[in-house]
Amino acid sequence: MYNVKVFITLKESVLDPQGAAVKDSLHRLTYNAVEDVRIGKYIELTLKKEDGDIDQQVREICEKLLANTVIEDYTYEIEEDIPQ
Amino acid sequence: MRFAVIVFPGSNCDIDMYHAIKDELGEEVEYVWHDDQDLKQFDGILIPGGFSYGDYLRSGSIARFSNVMESIYEANQAGKPILGVCNGFQILLEAGLLPGAMQRNAKLKFICKQVELEVMNNETMFTSAYEKGEKITIPVAHGEGNYYCDEATYTKLSHNNQIAFTYADNINGSRHGIAGITNEKGNVLGMMPHPERAVDQLLGSADGLKLFQSIVKTWREAHVVSS
Repeated sequence: MYNVKVFITLKESVLDPQGAAVKDSLHRLTYNAVEDVRIGKYIELTLKKEDGDIDQQVREICEKLLANTVIEDYTYEIEEDIPQ
Repeated sequence: MRFAVIVFPGSNCDIDMYHAIKDELGEEVEYVWHDDQDLKQFDGILIPGGFSYGDYLRSGSIARFSNVMESIYEANQAGKPILGVCNGFQILLEAGLLPGAMQRNAKLKFICKQVELEVMNNETMFTSAYEKGEKITIPVAHGEGNYYCDEATYTKLSHNNQIAFTYADNINGSRHGIAGITNEKGNVLGMMPHPERAVDQLLGSADGLKLFQSIVKTWREAHVVSS
């Protein structure tokens, strides 16, 4: 099995209203050192091992459904499960 | 003229849309379940508002892979009028039938009220019954109606006259106050405000009715030979 961690963030050029609201809230709690907050998504996938390129498969999944590449960027980490 | 109202799990403005067409416009209309494939018998496609698939992941992102979408792409190829309202607009963006993407409202509030729109282009099959620059009152009800596109896309939209409606007061932070856009060919319109909820004075405004009348008028001119 593969464990895949996908991180989706808004592109830097896109304003993040949720992040801005959380930043304001942190400032109200006097955490004034917080310069910026960006909110994204974290998605875990468990994939069966099949023939073919795992990287390519994950990229396809991300671009087709998980991320909207008009406004979002994505990164991912793939871990391979070693059977005990 | 025969309209289809596409129903997804989570659609909740489908009945308003059906009512607007059947009772106020006086045309034929049928519900079509999202798993059905064939739309050939319909002349116009209406994608209503709501929360298709619970808005999980992103608004409209899952609906865009429904079986019915293949037929919607075909209807687009055939140049049939396709109107997406609210979640319907979000689905059209996710499906790539219109450019851009939708974000949470700039002030993060769900906005539910009558708003004033300006008709930017009255030379589309959806807006020909309006005057250019006409101010109309149509209700909105959305939390994710903040339309985003990059500057190059905006220039293209602007240049091709694809901006159909703008908000008189930019309520949700949309790029340049955009409330509704068409595709380049002009047969697909997506808009966040709900024209189907403004079809009778009893509802506070009847300004939405002209949008549906525009569609019918264009269709009749093309399909009904006058004697």
